[in-house]
Amino acid sequence: MTMRFTRSFGPVLALALAAGAANAAGEAPEVTDFHFSFEGPFGSYDRMQLQRGLQVYTEVCAACHGLEYVAFRNLSEPGGPMLPEDQMRAYADEIEVWDPTLFDGEGDFRPATPADHFPRSSLSNAPDLSLMAKARAGFSGPYGTGLNQLFRGMGGPEYIASLLAGYEDEPDCAFDGPPMDGFYNTVFTAGGFPDSCKYEDGTHKVPGSWIAMAPPLWGDDVDFIDGSPTDVESVAQDVAAFLMWTAEPKLNQRKQAGLTGVIFLTILSVLLYLTNKRIWAPVKGKKIA
Amino acid sequence: MAGIPHDHYEPKTRGEKWLESRLPILGLLHSTLTIPTPKNLNWMWIWGIVLVFTLLLQIVTGIVLVMHYVPHVDKAFASVEHIMRNVNGGHMIRYFHMNGASLFFVAVYLHIFRGLYYGSYKTPREVTWIIGMLIYILMMGTAFMGYVLPWGQMSFHGTAVITGLFGAVPFIGEGLQTWLLGASAVGQPALNRFFSLHYLLPFVILGLVIVHIWAFHSTGNNNPTGVEVRRTSKEEVEKDTLPFWPYFVIKDLFALAVIMTVFMAIVGFMPNYLGHPDNYIPANPLATPAHIVPEWYFLPFYAILRAFDQDVWLVIAVNWLTFGIVDAKFFGVLAMFGAIVVMALAPWLDTSSVRSGRYRPMFKYWFWLLVVTFIVLMWVGAMPADGIYPYIALIASTYWFAYFLVILPLLGVLEKPEVPPNTIEEDFVSHYHEDDGVAPAATPAE
Repeated sequence: MTMRFTRSFGPVLALALAAGAANAAGEAPEVTDFHFSFEGPFGSYDRMQLQRGLQVYTEVCAACHGLEYVAFRNLSEPGGPMLPEDQMRAYADEIEVWDPTLFDGEGDFRPATPADHFPRSSLSNAPDLSLMAKARAGFSGPYGTGLNQLFRGMGGPEYIASLLAGYEDEPDCAFDGPPMDGFYNTVFTAGGFPDSCKYEDGTHKVPGSWIAMAPPLWGDDVDFIDGSPTDVESVAQDVAAFLMWTAEPKLNQRKQAGLTGVIFLTILSVLLYLTNKRIWAPVKGKKIA
Repeated sequence: MAGIPHDHYEPKTRGEKWLESRLPILGLLHSTLTIPTPKNLNWMWIWGIVLVFTLLLQIVTGIVLVMHYVPHVDKAFASVEHIMRNVNGGHMIRYFHMNGASLFFVAVYLHIFRGLYYGSYKTPREVTWIIGMLIYILMMGTAFMGYVLPWGQMSFHGTAVITGLFGAVPFIGEGLQTWLLGASAVGQPALNRFFSLHYLLPFVILGLVIVHIWAFHSTGNNNPTGVEVRRTSKEEVEKDTLPFWPYFVIKDLFALAVIMTVFMAIVGFMPNYLGHPDNYIPANPLATPAHIVPEWYFLPFYAILRAFDQDVWLVIAVNWLTFGIVDAKFFGVLAMFGAIVVMALAPWLDTSSVRSGRYRPMFKYWFWLLVVTFIVLMWVGAMPADGIYPYIALIASTYWFAYFLVILPLLGVLEKPEVPPNTIEEDFVSHYHEDDGVAPAATPAE
């Protein structure tokens, strides 16, 4: 499958891109347009969802993956999961971090403090998840068009949630060739793909590809105190929202600033429009209303 | 400023006289702000102010970013994340700077095409045009080097591809590339020097912008009719022009406020849509992204670079004629830079006696075809180089060159232009005073 990445800078070009992308994309990955609370100009993170996502991350993802750009103190900061400070300190205290200054410079493990960052990935082929929601924003692999992002608000979180819920039984065609490494996922496109599942022109009969990560979610993987549903799709959305926060912790503040800026600049524009009209009126021979 | 007759500054108070006799800066400010400006300028004449503002925005946000950025291969990516997460307001400053580059290029392309349509490049404004082209080239260099600094996947591999272009120069290419990178591959020396130059070049641009403005303040602005301001007397000048302050300052500020509203919405609500997601993955020399695509504003020229591959007969012919010295890769590089060179030579390629495209019936169609070509090149530059795309790129690239090298020179001979109005006043009056046919005196509202 030819993977492509294109970007748009305006609707006119975007429409042209859509036409180009559609006829050559083969089997497009099945990314679901989940609804997230932080979509749109007025959207913001759902604090409870981020806390659930943190729980899923801690109990499932953290076994292999890391969050090297996120500090424990961030968990209590505005616009995030906003854990009460004592809970955040207790959470950090549960986690051991490597401190090279201990033991006369030989280094040792110690309980984390709020200033420490989350541990890094413990498996070499498990990528760090801090920025994953932004790095996968142009999904269809990282080479998809930015169109979904532009017109439907779909981006990295939708991709992550879809991927986590995108494991399926291997398609029949896969059994016609040598066994594949990894696990069949309908959303992941950057992995291995058996020749037996390709048409003669090289396009794919089935979406997705084979991913190294074993299915992490099976349903009822976690127990939520607030009684939220624990089916695969719900849990996948919770952790995807959490990973969007780890990638863009200032999203709430940014949208607030954007909104304030747009309102003020709109007022300024109107005032300058009226000023301009009044100044030019005598030149243009118009009456000032 | 010289050129159009106008009132000169007379210092009145004691302090003004004291300063003006030692440094005539008040006179300079006065004549800059009150410069007689053609009263019929339309809304395409706002982009200059937008560009000046954007340059200052980039310099100010950039200086703050430098206070927190670390130009080291192991720390650059993390320092950008530090700005995004820990620096007060850092995420907004960085997003302003990042999207400011896009705003800069939107404005510069509209500014350039404005100049191409209304013949702003024609005599006596060739120097203004050439300086503008220098600014544009420096802008592209600065933007490219700035994109390297976050040291993400696209930064790293984009640098490898772009500096690789210089490796295509015959005989000295490899040495040239090594000299540019400071090493045989992209690494710490490249990052350090790109950081240094990314800080330096904007100030060079600022200097050129001042010369650019000086140049057209001397010749006077072009305007949609392409007719010059009458200069025989101050009275005639006043019929054709209005002082820059307040008429055009307020008009430009209004336009700027509208554009900043849109810009603020993009920064606030969709700051990453114009960027490449791969740049949120730290640079990894061992993992090359499947498709390396430049930023959108480079795409038209990237498309021209790729259009001339080894299957094009012109490339084959040149290759044969130069005994293989100019191969397909070098041809592509020459075409890419040549595309900008032919644009810079427009003042000498355009043979028409009429300046503004408004009065050139045939030119109009060719011009709009050029605009379409530019957009097509931008689109095709983002597409993979297989299937039908290389053909589209080749046709569009050919038209780009044909417009400047063939159509502009021929049109001056073949086309029968319409007659432009005699004066700017005539154009303005016909637009606003159809009923009375008289332009009222320019008295500002009280």
